[in-house]
Amino acid sequence: MSIDIGMPGSGTHGVPRVDEEAPKQTKKEFTSDQEVRWCPGCGDYAVLASVQGFLPDLGLKRENIVFISGIGCSSRFPYYLDTFGMHSIHGRAPAIATGLATAREDLSVWVVTGDGDALSIGGNHLIHAMRRNVNMTILLFNNKIYGLTKGQYSPTSDVGAVTKSTPVGSVDHPFNPVSLALGAEATFVGRTLDSDRAHLTKVLKAAAEHRGTSLVEIYQNCPIFNDGAFQLIKDRDEGKARLAHLVDGEQIKVGEDHVVVRNGSGMKVVPADEADEADIVVHDATAADPSQAFALSRLDDGTMAHVPMGIFRNVERPTYDDQVRAQVEGVRASAGGPASDDDLQALLHGQDTWTVNG
Amino acid sequence: MSSKPTRRLDRVIIRFAGDSGDGMQLTGDRFTSETAALGNDLSTLPNFPAEIRAPQGTLPGVSSFQLHFADHEISTPGDAPDVLVAMNPAALKATLQDVPRGAVLIINTDEFSKRNLAKAGYDVNPLDDGSLESWHVHALPLTSMTVEALADFGLTRKEKERAKNMLALGLLSWLYSRPLDGTESFLKAKFAKVPEIREANLTALRAGHAYGETTEDFAVRFEVAAAPMRAGVYRTMTGSQAMALGLVASAHRSGLPLVLGSYPITPASDILHTLSALKRYNITTLQAEDEIGAVGMALGASFGGALGVTTTSGPGLALKAETIGLAVSTELPMVIIDVQRGGPSTGLPTKTEQSDLLQAMFGRNGESPVAVIAPQSPTDCFDSAVEAIRIATTYRTPVIVLSDGYLANGSEPWNVPNVEDLPGLDVEFATETNGTDPKGKDVFHPFLRDNETLARPWAIPGTAGLEHRIGGIEKADVTGHISYDPDNHDKMVRLRQAKIDGIANTIEPLEVDDPTGNARVLVLGWGSTFGPISAAVRLTRAAGTSIAVAHLRHLNPFPSNLEEVLRSYNRVVVPEMNLGQLAMLLRAKFLIDVKSHTAVRGLPFSSADLAQVLHEHVLHNEEGTA
Repeated sequence: MSIDIGMPGSGTHGVPRVDEEAPKQTKKEFTSDQEVRWCPGCGDYAVLASVQGFLPDLGLKRENIVFISGIGCSSRFPYYLDTFGMHSIHGRAPAIATGLATAREDLSVWVVTGDGDALSIGGNHLIHAMRRNVNMTILLFNNKIYGLTKGQYSPTSDVGAVTKSTPVGSVDHPFNPVSLALGAEATFVGRTLDSDRAHLTKVLKAAAEHRGTSLVEIYQNCPIFNDGAFQLIKDRDEGKARLAHLVDGEQIKVGEDHVVVRNGSGMKVVPADEADEADIVVHDATAADPSQAFALSRLDDGTMAHVPMGIFRNVERPTYDDQVRAQVEGVRASAGGPASDDDLQALLHGQDTWTVNG
Repeated sequence: MSSKPTRRLDRVIIRFAGDSGDGMQLTGDRFTSETAALGNDLSTLPNFPAEIRAPQGTLPGVSSFQLHFADHEISTPGDAPDVLVAMNPAALKATLQDVPRGAVLIINTDEFSKRNLAKAGYDVNPLDDGSLESWHVHALPLTSMTVEALADFGLTRKEKERAKNMLALGLLSWLYSRPLDGTESFLKAKFAKVPEIREANLTALRAGHAYGETTEDFAVRFEVAAAPMRAGVYRTMTGSQAMALGLVASAHRSGLPLVLGSYPITPASDILHTLSALKRYNITTLQAEDEIGAVGMALGASFGGALGVTTTSGPGLALKAETIGLAVSTELPMVIIDVQRGGPSTGLPTKTEQSDLLQAMFGRNGESPVAVIAPQSPTDCFDSAVEAIRIATTYRTPVIVLSDGYLANGSEPWNVPNVEDLPGLDVEFATETNGTDPKGKDVFHPFLRDNETLARPWAIPGTAGLEHRIGGIEKADVTGHISYDPDNHDKMVRLRQAKIDGIANTIEPLEVDDPTGNARVLVLGWGSTFGPISAAVRLTRAAGTSIAVAHLRHLNPFPSNLEEVLRSYNRVVVPEMNLGQLAMLLRAKFLIDVKSHTAVRGLPFSSADLAQVLHEHVLHNEEGTA
């Protein structure tokens, strides 16, 4: 594990750290006293355990971590962490987090959201947070269904999905959250799976270390309303053949014997022994141009035949909150520091005054 | 000094009207500054179309600016202009109905072409058909006079013509004995980078002044003496400026940063513009993706310990409703400024109305009380902003400030306060745990309330030991844990209401103005109707009729003596620019049959009309009729 020493550019730069001499924080300290109330077998448990487990590794003061959520099953998340938190309203968490992250440089800000919360009712706030590149980490739990309202199709449900509100099948074309995030020019875009603890932890840590908006799509099983939605990739053998684990600087492989090659402006999967070496795509999450990452996100046509997992994009771009603060600080510095009472008096007077004598 | 005789007037109402590209707002602003410098009391009313450039020369494209100035205290921009400056036929057609016969019309004849007359809907030229005989008409070719004055300039004809508003301003400045120095410095600064344009405008301005001095068309000039005003330093200020400065002053006094989340909307955007330029005062402005994002950003900033503020108008307030409800539930401070405009829906974006009162009071799901206050004049927006931040931070509650288009754009003199005289604002964050859990461990209870205010502690992220979660789900009293317990919900709903009701303990009782002490009829207003109501009451009293008047700043909660005040009069008249929203609240709360008087024309009440209404109410009261 690399140790974050708070270099500029790090997602947690400016956030107070625990004393290096102090005993390491524990998972228990990050666990609130509230009873967790998700359905038995819900994928959210695994994500919660993973987050509670790795937050101590960040070495940040617990009181400087804030989780903001919207509405939906996953949005109960903040209540189960002993940090600061707000369980807000449907879809608005990115907007609230933007205000908080901009007002407070010393906080590590996290958003917990779901496919309905982030992509349907809150779609506007999500895309604008990503284009602005506000320093926050967004965990998007995608279970392709509305759980809390008991089983209607969501904006990531497959065409034809039979749900309570689509008894003869959904006709809505679904969003691919990774494609959407790349289209909004998010600077960090990743995808992981609730049941793969090691991978989940690795991607979330990288997301936290990224300065700017990190969007992590977490495939998450809803055992009640959409059980088995990701079974094809969760199954040990099937999964192996379908997953493409993205490793920066390495050729992208699908399973053991297939590779991803260029195909016009897009990509396709071919048997490794039929591929021309020069056509095999080498993953580069740091490429300034998001086109390759986007093409990669299109590999899965919804059938989960080939599913890239890992970090699609991880690039540096000045963050919105840093720049907003820099403008305020710049103006204050060039004016000679914080405004005094005299400065305020001058402002109230303005340019054009007249005096009435008593 | 002028060679012409000067006649003294006690007050004058001038309206500048022209095409929206003619610079009438700028002309009005400059005349206002000149007038302020002479120490007159004044009040202004800009009136412009929602379209940035409506088709040139048409009635919808008319933009006007009315200014009332006097040697005594005045409270409105006036009902009927004494002087109309009409820059084209459309301006004449659109405004003549407001100008009483006998008043002065200064008309730019150059624009009275066949084509322009047709655009304005004139079949015959009103300058020729005798229809203006009852007015005192000065028909002047202002455009060609400007072009002629600028003959030596290397500018295009079009560029020269654009200075015609300055020629008109120069002429009016001469006519009412206004100094030009202020406008000259203004033009020098404004056009510092384009010397040719700067000189052209200065030349046009002086040419207008000189024309007044030499022409035989104007035999006398007028002057209006300074109004007696409290000693002090004065400036003119619009409601938007005053609102922004009030927020800045409060932030400064509290030592907290202010974060404005805002989405552009007429007529509220000027506050965003003003605050955006005041970063020096620890002001952060975030232009959000939409109205909901804007209020979300403000709430997020408040959660972080900043003064979260959002500015909007009626349609935006509707969009922000759910987030304001979240602020009610999480009990975080926030200030929402609604610069009301004509509604419903898009309504009349540039016109004024008071029709969001009930939306502010009740426009959220659930029992969701918030504090509501309303400024009464443009400069009172300053004090209202200060009061809103006091309530929000003291009671940890959203506060809605109901300004409106008339207040936002209107201007008047402001006695600039001394910073040290502004009310202090000490905001304390929680720093320590305040309870113990069943095991005896020290814990933080985010909903343990202050006994006096019922406010909960404001514990901001970054405070060790106070980690806690808040949200929109009902929470248990004291601990703040999620709770669906029926009795707890009943208690929390009542606590939140009692907290807002308790604000009445810290607001001034309602004061009644009743000089004779024998009035039986009270006129009660709120918000921007203060000016017209005050003027109407003065007219009513001048006619020998006793009438009492009071004005509400706090709409929720009401001042604690309000019921007693209402019950001490036989009849209470409530004029509003809506269909009786305050009247409905008063009737519901006190079972008092107040008399509602309403107009929703997108314009302030005419004080003369209102005086007539008040007079009739006094008569009916005496006769015992409805």
